[in-house]
Amino acid sequence: MSAPIQLRPDETFILNVGPQHPATHGVLRVKMQMDGEYIVKSETVLGYIHRMHEKMGENRTYAQYLPNLSRLDYLGALGYTHGHVLAIERAAGIEVPERAEYIRAITVELNRVASHLFWFGAFVMDLGGFSPLMYAIQDREHILDMLEAVTGARLTYCYYRFGGLYNDVDDDFTEAAKRFIPRMRKSLKKYDALVTGNIIFQKRLEGIAPVSAEMCRKYGATGPVARGSGINFDVRKNEPYSVYPEFDFDIPVYHECDSMARYKVRMDEMEQSLRIIEQGLEKLPGGPIMAEKKPKNIKLPVGDFYQAVETARGSFGIRIVSDGDKNAYRLKLRSPTYSNMHLFDEACEGMLIMDALAFMGTLDLVIPEMDR
Amino acid sequence: MSLTLLNVIVAVVIAIAFAAANAAYLVWAERRGAARIQRRPGPNINGPFGLLQPPLDGIKLMTKQLMIPGGADKILFMVAPVLAMAPAIMSFVTIPFSEGIAAHNMEIGVLMIFAFASMGAMAILFAGWGSRNKYSVMASVRAVSQNVSYEIPMLITAITVVMVNGSMDLKAISTAQAGGFWHWNIFPSLQSPLMPISFIIFFICSLAETNRAPFDLGEAESELVAGFHTEYGSMGFGLFFMGEYANIVIGASLTTILFLGGWDCPFGMFPGVWWFLLKIYILIATFIWIRWTFPRTTIYGLLNLSWKILIPISLFNLLLTAGLLKVF
Amino acid sequence: MILETTQQALQALFAGSVPADGAEAATPRGNGVITRNYKIHGYHLDAQVATDQLLAAVTILDHAGFFIESITGVDWIKENQMEVIYDFSRYDFDTCRVVIRTRVPRDQPLVPTISTIYAGANWHERETHDFFGIKFTGHPHLVPLLLPEDADFHPLLKDFKA
Repeated sequence: MSAPIQLRPDETFILNVGPQHPATHGVLRVKMQMDGEYIVKSETVLGYIHRMHEKMGENRTYAQYLPNLSRLDYLGALGYTHGHVLAIERAAGIEVPERAEYIRAITVELNRVASHLFWFGAFVMDLGGFSPLMYAIQDREHILDMLEAVTGARLTYCYYRFGGLYNDVDDDFTEAAKRFIPRMRKSLKKYDALVTGNIIFQKRLEGIAPVSAEMCRKYGATGPVARGSGINFDVRKNEPYSVYPEFDFDIPVYHECDSMARYKVRMDEMEQSLRIIEQGLEKLPGGPIMAEKKPKNIKLPVGDFYQAVETARGSFGIRIVSDGDKNAYRLKLRSPTYSNMHLFDEACEGMLIMDALAFMGTLDLVIPEMDR
Repeated sequence: MSLTLLNVIVAVVIAIAFAAANAAYLVWAERRGAARIQRRPGPNINGPFGLLQPPLDGIKLMTKQLMIPGGADKILFMVAPVLAMAPAIMSFVTIPFSEGIAAHNMEIGVLMIFAFASMGAMAILFAGWGSRNKYSVMASVRAVSQNVSYEIPMLITAITVVMVNGSMDLKAISTAQAGGFWHWNIFPSLQSPLMPISFIIFFICSLAETNRAPFDLGEAESELVAGFHTEYGSMGFGLFFMGEYANIVIGASLTTILFLGGWDCPFGMFPGVWWFLLKIYILIATFIWIRWTFPRTTIYGLLNLSWKILIPISLFNLLLTAGLLKVF
Repeated sequence: MILETTQQALQALFAGSVPADGAEAATPRGNGVITRNYKIHGYHLDAQVATDQLLAAVTILDHAGFFIESITGVDWIKENQMEVIYDFSRYDFDTCRVVIRTRVPRDQPLVPTISTIYAGANWHERETHDFFGIKFTGHPHLVPLLLPEDADFHPLLKDFKA
C-alpha cells in the first residue's frame, strides 16, 4: 500500500523517534525525515545503553565474564551464555557430559519460547492490541518460574559453567516442563484464533515491509528475519552444535518476505521449540552434570576461536582472540539484532510511519543486546 | 417563561452531572472490563471493587500543575480541552431518556447532536496544533481526516432513519418505534430493507467518531506517543478523557434512539428509562469489549473503509429507502 | 564444494606466495590463505590479505553468495599493528565460515571500506572506528555509532586509559 512519494525537500520535517518512545522498547533513537506520514529517509542512532561489554571481556577472566553474557539480551539470556561456554569449551577442549548438554538444550529452548512469547505480546501491543500481552506474559511466567527453580534467576541467568552446569535439574522441573508443553500448545492455538486470524491484524502485516533475501545477505540478517525472507538458515541445523543433531525438529521458513512471514516464523518456532523440549525430556540421560577433567583457571591456547549459536533473535557469534592468558586478548560479540536492525533504515524508506514501526516490531529488538 | 428557563437550567445541571458521573465511572468500568478480559484484577484497592478510584483519580488530576509547553499556542492549548468536553455535555440536553425525561426536546435534535459532535474534531485539531509537538500535529491531522470521513456515512445513515420515521425529533423517532422489538428501526421494514446494515454502519461510525479502538489513530500510543494529548497533563488531560467517555455515552444513546427503540421495552411492557440505560450500557460494554480485543487499523485502511465501503453502501441505502418510501 | 572453490579463488590473490605448512602457529603470519580445523576454531578458511587486496577478496565472497557476519578489530600493540577481521558465513547447508583479515600499521590505520559491496558493513565499520580509531576510507558516514557523537577516544586500544 505504498503511495508514490513526491519528494519536496522543503516540505519535509524531522521526526525524532526515541530515545524514549513506546515503539522502540528501550532506548533506541531513529531520526526520520518525514513527508507527512511517509518516511523519506531514516537514520538509526545507537549507543544509548552501550556498556562496552567487549572491554570487560578483556579485563575479566573467562569465568568472571560469565554473568556479562546474560546482560546482553534480557529476554533470551540463556542462548547467549550457551554461546560463551561453548566457545570456551571448544577452544580449551573440554568434554561436556551428555546430561549437561541435554539440560542446556532444554533450558535454552524454554528460554526461546519465553522470549518469543514476550515478543508476541509486545508486538501485538505495538499494533494497538493490548490484551495478548497479558496472556503471553502469563504463559511466560510458567517458564520463568521453572527456570528460576533450577537456575536461581528469572532473567539474567548464570546457569552454565565451563564443562557443565551449576545445578542439576530435579523431578519438579521435568514434571513442570512436561505439564507446560500441552498447556503451551493450547495457548498457541488460542493466539492463532485471537490474533493471527484477525482481519485487521492480517491487513496490517501482509505485504508490508518486504525484505528481500538479497537484502538479508547484504546486511547479514539472521534468525526469524532471514527465515521470513525465505532463507532456510538456522545455526542449529546449518552448523549443529550441542546436542541439537539428536533432535527431530523443523525450521519454519516463509517466502512472503513481509511482516506476516516474520510473525509466522516466530509463532511456528515456539511449536518447534516445544518439540525439542519434549524430546529432550524424554531422552534426558542420567550421569554427571559437570566435566571431570576441567582446569581450575581456564587458559585458552593462542589463536582465535569462533562460536555461533542460534538465539531467539538470530545467529549470535562470539569471537575470542587469545594470547594464552587467563583472560581474552580480544572478545567480540556478534549480536543478531545489530545486523537485523541495520536493514531497517533502507527498508523503511517510503513507508508509512505506522507500518515502519510495526516493521520495527517484527525485527524483535532488544536494545541492550544491540548496543552491548 | 421563567419556569421553562428554570426547568432547562436544572436539566442542564443534571445533564452535566450525568455526563461527569458517566465519564468517571466508565473509566472505572473500562479498567475493570479490560482487566477481566486480560485475566487481572484491575483497580480494586480503593473502596469496594475499587469504586473510589475515579474520584481519587480526579483529585489527583486536579491537584497537578497544568504545564504549558514552551512555544505552544497558549490560547488554543487552553481552549482545546474545554472544547472537547463542552459539546459532549451540550448534546445531553436534547437526548430523551424516556417519555418525560429530557432536558429540552428539540424538533431538530438529530441535527443538533451532529452539529455539536463535529466540534469535537476542532478540539483535537486545536490541541494538536496548539501543543507544538510533531506527534500531536500528526495525530490531530489523522483524527480530523478520520472524523470528517466518518461523519459522512454516519449522517447519511441518520438521514435514512429520519426519512423512515419522518422526524428529526429524537423523541418522535423513539415513540415511532414503540411497542416491542419488531417495531425497532434495526429490523428491516418494507420501506427500508437494509436497516440492519445501516445499524452496523452507524455503530462502526460511532466507534470511529469517538476515536475508540480499533480506530484510535488520533492517540495511537505505540507510534505517536499519546497523539494529540501528548503534551497535556493535569485536568487538561482529564477533560479530554472525560470528553471521550461523554462522547461514547452520546454515541450509544444516539444508536439506541435511532435503531433500538429508545426507552421501549423489547416486549412492549413497562417502557421506561431503565430500558434506555440498559441498552446504552450494553452498547458501551461492546465498545469496551472491542477496544480490548482488536489491534489498531492503519490510517489508509480506515479511510478506505469509509470512502470505498461505508459511504457507497449508505448512499445506496438512502436512495433505496427514498424510492421505497415513494412506492409504499 | 564451496570450501574448495572459495579457497582456490582466494588463493589466486596470492599468486606465487603460497604459505608454508605450519603457518598456523606463526604470529604474525604472512598474507595467504590457510584452512583451519573447524572443530577447534569454529571457522574453515582464514585469509590474511593486504589492504589493497581486501576489496578483491570481499568481492569473491560476495559473488559466491556469502553473507556478512561481523567486522571487528584487534590491537596488536606489541607488533605496532592493528588487525581488522571480517567474518563471512553462508545461508545454505554447504557450511563454510570464512575469515578475512588485514593488518595495518598502528600509527596510520587506513582500510578501504567494504560498505560499497556489503551495505551491512556500514555499522560494523563505524563500530570498529569507534573502538579502535581505524579509518575506513570511502565510508559514507564515519561518525561514532555506539560511543557519544563527540567521542574522541578509542576504548579498545590496549593503551587506552579511562
